Amino acid sequence: MSSQNPLDSHHQDLSSRAMDYTVSSGRKFFGSLMTTLVILCVAIAILPLGSILFMLLKNGLGRLFQDFPAVFTELPPPPLVDGGGLRNAIMGTILTCLIGSLISVPVGVLTAIYTVEFGQGNKLSQFVRFCTNVLSGVPSIIAGLFAYGVVVLTMGTFSAIAGGVALSVLMVPIIIRTAEEGLKSIPREVRQGLVGIGATTFQGVFSVILPAALPFIATGVTLALARAAGETAPLLFTALFNQYDARSLREPTATLSVLIYNYAITPYKNQNELAWAAALIVVVLILAVSILARSFTKRKVY
Amino acid sequence: MTNPSIYSNSTDNSISGSPVITTENVSIFYGSFQAVRNVFLDIPKNKVVAFIGPSGCGKSTLLRCYNRLNDLIPGARVEGKITYQNIDLYDPKVDPVEVRRRIGMVFQRPNPFPKSIYENIAFGARINGYKGDMDELVERSLKGAALWDEVKDKLKESGLSLSGGQQQRLCIARTIAIEPEVILMDEPCSALDPISTLRVEDLIHELKQRFTIIIVTHNMQQASRVADYTAFFNAEAGEHGSRFGYLVEYDRTENIFNAPQEKATQDYVSGRFG
Repeated sequence: MSSQNPLDSHHQDLSSRAMDYTVSSGRKFFGSLMTTLVILCVAIAILPLGSILFMLLKNGLGRLFQDFPAVFTELPPPPLVDGGGLRNAIMGTILTCLIGSLISVPVGVLTAIYTVEFGQGNKLSQFVRFCTNVLSGVPSIIAGLFAYGVVVLTMGTFSAIAGGVALSVLMVPIIIRTAEEGLKSIPREVRQGLVGIGATTFQGVFSVILPAALPFIATGVTLALARAAGETAPLLFTALFNQYDARSLREPTATLSVLIYNYAITPYKNQNELAWAAALIVVVLILAVSILARSFTKRKVY
Repeated sequence: MTNPSIYSNSTDNSISGSPVITTENVSIFYGSFQAVRNVFLDIPKNKVVAFIGPSGCGKSTLLRCYNRLNDLIPGARVEGKITYQNIDLYDPKVDPVEVRRRIGMVFQRPNPFPKSIYENIAFGARINGYKGDMDELVERSLKGAALWDEVKDKLKESGLSLSGGQQQRLCIARTIAIEPEVILMDEPCSALDPISTLRVEDLIHELKQRFTIIIVTHNMQQASRVADYTAFFNAEAGEHGSRFGYLVEYDRTENIFNAPQEKATQDYVSGRFG
């Protein structure tokens, strides 16, 4: 009897407590406090992005629409002349990013295919992964220095090619990482199935696994492009700058980011306005590319 | 430890016909761990052979040796001799890719490729050098896997859009499209519902006209329904306490289930353990 008493009372205790469904005031207070705190932190995190967008729209939008097609189609004017546009810089940014992708996409994707599909965690692929991590931590100006040493000094001229090489150094680690993730996301069962029907690793990778991982790789490439489009430091002494259109890939080439840097520090109002417009174009470009990247991953098969 | 199988039993009531695959004193290691010990086993042509036994007895491990799938596992090693049509499968000169093209495999979980139903079948045939009419081959393979009527109007849709049972039959169709002589099935119904399971079992009955089939199963009723011969494997603790699998008994399926020679087999098929 006596041994059952504590159990009985405990049971009664529980049943009487179970009837009370109201949340205690202490918990309610703590809950709302934490919610407020979290919302506050989110606000602080978003604040810089919001303020940047606001400033860009406020200062850049006017110029963009004021002489609408001219901003995109005309060359920047000399100091103290009104009007003009960013044609050479827009073309230069597209060109350097294109060259950067042409180099980094094959190198990055094939490297990822090696480390995931062929190396499968051997010493070399571990070493490659370590190098990738180091490379992604390299300051972008060092990438520019590398391209200066390798391309500019060899060719004897600043050029879009040198700028593209510098950007590709920054893009490669991003592409390797996302491509690796994409390839790893293909289930082991599919790989076994490929082996089971007598496919060589090469056939399996290029006919089945790579197509299935393509959305991830596309995401990686667009993210890398977004990063590259905004880079200034690696272009400063590789693509350099040009007041006019670059007539070939072997000439100094203007880019939006370097143009912002150059024009923002000039004392001329028109140049400052153009810098704002260029900044707005770059940010919208990166935003658009990032949104594009997200839409790729939504369509993923696995 | 005994080496049962047909060698220790009387041979007259056992395996008839010439063996397609022979397994002679095969042991399988993962690193220093011995997973399967001293198996002797012959697979007769155009028959269904079931491997049964408790978990960890090495039946799947052994199955994967027949198409050299264990090659993919680092540290896996096979001792002894496995021959397929009198060719030593583990001869250094033998290309494992070529082995897998002659000995197809259906896996535990349906694993269609993330491609269209049509491409799932055409891909394997193409990489195996098939030059004939692809449409005809796809139709024939899907009919062979009893899937044609369900998918003939949506061959362009993804193989992943099918139900689990349909996916597994697609995988079987994909395997028979490369026209192997032997099909290995590693618990092909364990991820399927009972109705899909029955359809796959019916399919196995039809397939044995043309193929030799080795099927690993946890389901003893399934073994008794589909198999001509059944091999019972068991696991035992070795000298160092690590468990290894070995072949206890290999005989006609009705003998294994009705008149087993070994007590362990008797206990297992009557549900006393495992």
